[in-house]
Amino acid sequence: MLHTVNKSSFESASLKICLGLAKSGSDILLIEDGVYGALAGTIHATMLAEATSAVSVYALGPDLKARGLPEDRLISGIKVVGYDGFVELACANDKVQSWL
Amino acid sequence: MKLAVMVNEGPYTHQASDTAYNFIVAALAAGHEIFRVFFYHDGVNNGTRLSTPPQDDRHIVNRWSELSKAHDLDLVVCVAAAQRRGIVDPDEAKRNGKDSDNIAPGFRISGLGQLIEAGIQADRLLVFGD
Amino acid sequence: MSETKKFMYINRRPPYGTVYPLEGLEVVLIGAAFEQDVCMAFISDGVFQLKQGQDTIESGMKNFSPTYRALGDYEVTRIYVERESLEERGLTEADLMPLTWEDEDDDWAEKPSIQIVSRTQLSDLLEEQDVVFNF
Repeated sequence: MLHTVNKSSFESASLKICLGLAKSGSDILLIEDGVYGALAGTIHATMLAEATSAVSVYALGPDLKARGLPEDRLISGIKVVGYDGFVELACANDKVQSWL
Repeated sequence: MKLAVMVNEGPYTHQASDTAYNFIVAALAAGHEIFRVFFYHDGVNNGTRLSTPPQDDRHIVNRWSELSKAHDLDLVVCVAAAQRRGIVDPDEAKRNGKDSDNIAPGFRISGLGQLIEAGIQADRLLVFGD
Repeated sequence: MSETKKFMYINRRPPYGTVYPLEGLEVVLIGAAFEQDVCMAFISDGVFQLKQGQDTIESGMKNFSPTYRALGDYEVTRIYVERESLEERGLTEADLMPLTWEDEDDDWAEKPSIQIVSRTQLSDLLEEQDVVFNF
């Protein structure tokens, strides 16, 4: 399953809830304000860093760029994709769960 | 693949409409079919003809209308959500005694059944919202 | 429509603060006519939608909580409520509306629709679905 998270972890529990329910082997894509969750060195970073051993975490490049977040400040192991990658992830998984 | 998209928020206030649009553009470029785009909750506000955003910003409504025309997309605005929020086509205006309509080109108003049908018929359903 | 898909409607928001629970319920009721394999899940603040005793008179808002009681008539008989979400909010099953359905295969016996499930069970249920909505 592809899970998308569009909220900042500082504002919303969406990422936490997503990680609590996502099965090992899932793909998680951070989009919109959700990309703030990809930042290393934040109070929420450990939660996501630990998850990368069980799930694959992606961040949407255009949303990172829009917010001035360079790739070298992201949690190690997070892959950056464009909208074409978003489409590929949606098709490669059997369904998409949007954690709004 | 056959993809269905649900847009739950209106233009500008949330990024949902932008993300949905960009996703669809990428999907079309990759050769996928967009079965339907269904606008629900405040998403129906993407279908107003009367939006005048600043000239130096993207025109979200027109962008949807143009994409619909270029790719023959089925953009459906939910009738119940539209009635609540005042998005009206000529038939709805007549039916509900309104003095005008405001639906943008390329959009049509229909029922929630169209959303369920999209969930059934498409290979993937993606929801964009708040 | 020849195929039957598994639909899950996930509810994460409390009632009245936003329109999503009300309009989400409308999707479920319309969807019932399509005879798919449907269930609902209430997690996080969504569990508050099922809270007994909602009185909206002074707020002027429409009290749509009675609509949940009709779900059984629309053949929505599996309503999963996450145990951890209840506990985090100091709620028990006794706080929720007693939603039921009538089993025509069992002499129309009235049965509870709500099933309290753990986060792990919910994760398994989510995995089984074909189409998921979030309200």
